[in-house]
Amino acid sequence: MTAFRTLSLAMFKGFVRDKATLFFTFLFPLMFLVIFGLVLSDGAADRTKVAVVGDGPIVSALRDSGALELEPHHDEDAAVRKVRDGDLPAAVIVRGQRLEVRFAQSDQVEAATVVGIVNGFVDKANLAATGQPPRYAFAAEKVEDAALKPIQYLTPGILSWGVAVSAVFGSALTLVSWRRKQVLRRIRLAPVSATSVLSSRLLVSAGVALVQGAIFVGIAALPLFGLTLSGQWWLAIPLLLLGTIAFFALGMLVGAFAKTEESASAAANIVVLPMAFLSGTFFPVDRAPAWLQAVSQAFPLRHMNDGMVDVLVRGKGVEALLVPASVLTGFTLVVAVLASRVFKWEE
Amino acid sequence: MTGEQPAVVVRDVRKSYGELKAVNGVSFTVAEGEFFGILGPNGAGKTTTLEIIEGLRRPDSGEVRLLGESPWPRNVKLLPRIGVQLQASSFFEKLTAEEQLRTFGSLYGVSAGTAADMLELVGLADKANERENRLSGGQRQRLSIACALVHDPDVVFLDEPTAALDPQARRNLWDVLRAIRDRGKTIVYTTHHLDEAEVLCDRVAIMDRGEVLALDPPAVLVRGLDAPTHVTLQKGVLPVAEASALDGVEEAHEDEVSLTISTRRPAPVLSALAERGALDGLQVRTGTLEDVFLGLTGREYRA
Repeated sequence: MTAFRTLSLAMFKGFVRDKATLFFTFLFPLMFLVIFGLVLSDGAADRTKVAVVGDGPIVSALRDSGALELEPHHDEDAAVRKVRDGDLPAAVIVRGQRLEVRFAQSDQVEAATVVGIVNGFVDKANLAATGQPPRYAFAAEKVEDAALKPIQYLTPGILSWGVAVSAVFGSALTLVSWRRKQVLRRIRLAPVSATSVLSSRLLVSAGVALVQGAIFVGIAALPLFGLTLSGQWWLAIPLLLLGTIAFFALGMLVGAFAKTEESASAAANIVVLPMAFLSGTFFPVDRAPAWLQAVSQAFPLRHMNDGMVDVLVRGKGVEALLVPASVLTGFTLVVAVLASRVFKWEE
Repeated sequence: MTGEQPAVVVRDVRKSYGELKAVNGVSFTVAEGEFFGILGPNGAGKTTTLEIIEGLRRPDSGEVRLLGESPWPRNVKLLPRIGVQLQASSFFEKLTAEEQLRTFGSLYGVSAGTAADMLELVGLADKANERENRLSGGQRQRLSIACALVHDPDVVFLDEPTAALDPQARRNLWDVLRAIRDRGKTIVYTTHHLDEAEVLCDRVAIMDRGEVLALDPPAVLVRGLDAPTHVTLQKGVLPVAEASALDGVEEAHEDEVSLTISTRRPAPVLSALAERGALDGLQVRTGTLEDVFLGLTGREYRA
């Protein structure tokens, strides 16, 4: 057991002393989390902005409601030019009792939104002017729907991706560099089993995955990003570990084929990057075309991701782990058998 | 060479890679406690021979006994008793010299204290906390030898330990190798520095193109060569004609800087030179292993 402990310690030290690896393990995914988190965060910035020329009771009502963001203009031509240039979706022009909306043809949805809102305010003002009580009442209320706020799907997605990347690269690059530097030969000449060497490297990867989880979730939960975890978030831990083992095995397979560190790194990227895009790391897969969703079912990262979303933010229980855990375990078995078949001790 | 049982027995071992016969019928025996050198130019089959003895490769035919056992297939019982030094970069990433030794030691269940002893032995005690990649080539080479010795093996295999070292580092390493020998280890090592083998080895096997051409103590090989001794003097201390006429001289010739006399009886030649007071710039060179190689292959030795 002492060989296992010393080897794990050696590999852990090797890991924390390698600044490039630390960057790609922790900071790089975190950069994606921060950038996407901020860019996609919805709220006040999401309101539509329109140009306004002139003022009046309806414009004041619009301004007070906050339904649209108003950009005042003195010159009608300037306001229309903004619409024509594509800077603003519409311009509202006040001519005494008459309100004109000039909208851009290109974005029909946005134009319809503006026209609808302005029209609503005009109708309301007309009704008020008649002094009649309204016959039909109207009420609007928010509903929490299944569509998640970006940070809620970004965090599990980027976490799964970060864990996959560091496990694949960790095992592939270690294997290739050990083979090239004859460390593998050195190990083969020692009375120690390949299993204890492999498992000590796997232990380091598993530890790294847990630290990644703690850091990414911790930062996403800051008020700035506003991640809210659901009750059974800790179910993500077994999923993290299963994912680490699966992608570690994938890295062993890549490392068995690659001859140099450079080719291992390129091959790992080719395997991981498309999988990340198709598995919902950066956007929810259910917004993708149906055929793409079908394709993405083939990727273990997709299932890890689904499981992460379910237990971290959707508040699902242990039953949500069933499919992802089975897929990851099956994937691990198949890939590990393949990897052990093609494994080479020597160059 | 007292051992009841030889440390290494190699019997008619052959290994081909496609058309290339890398090892072509090699046989030799290494006694316990012997410092055994395998010499030859690059591509002579030294490394393949070594790898077969270590159990890293399977010979196509022939037999290998290492400490009385077969090293192939991977013989876990044998592994703790052999130490193999690999190329100078076979280390774990980013670890210090001492951490490397401790990690390699742990593969054999060796205590941490041994690591410090080994650093002392190879003269790296003051570099214990230095990262492996910050050591010089010679220091790395010594560290890799220490890693091969950390579990106190009986037989040590060193593959070109002095390759790519500057002369000073080579000399330092010789001291390390002698210290290992003094600990009673059997050493089997390859080199393409013939001069070094002459100084260090009890016996050498000269290999070329996969075959052992000669196998004996270096001094015996050189003596058996019957090569003339070359006496070199500064040019002008003696005319060439007079030198040629001296008793025992076989041949004398002169170039721009020196006069070279060849003789198989150096004693009368040297005393005759002394009588004439013609000893300026005197150098006496006897046959070397390079001459042996030339005699065996008909080719100049090129490492």
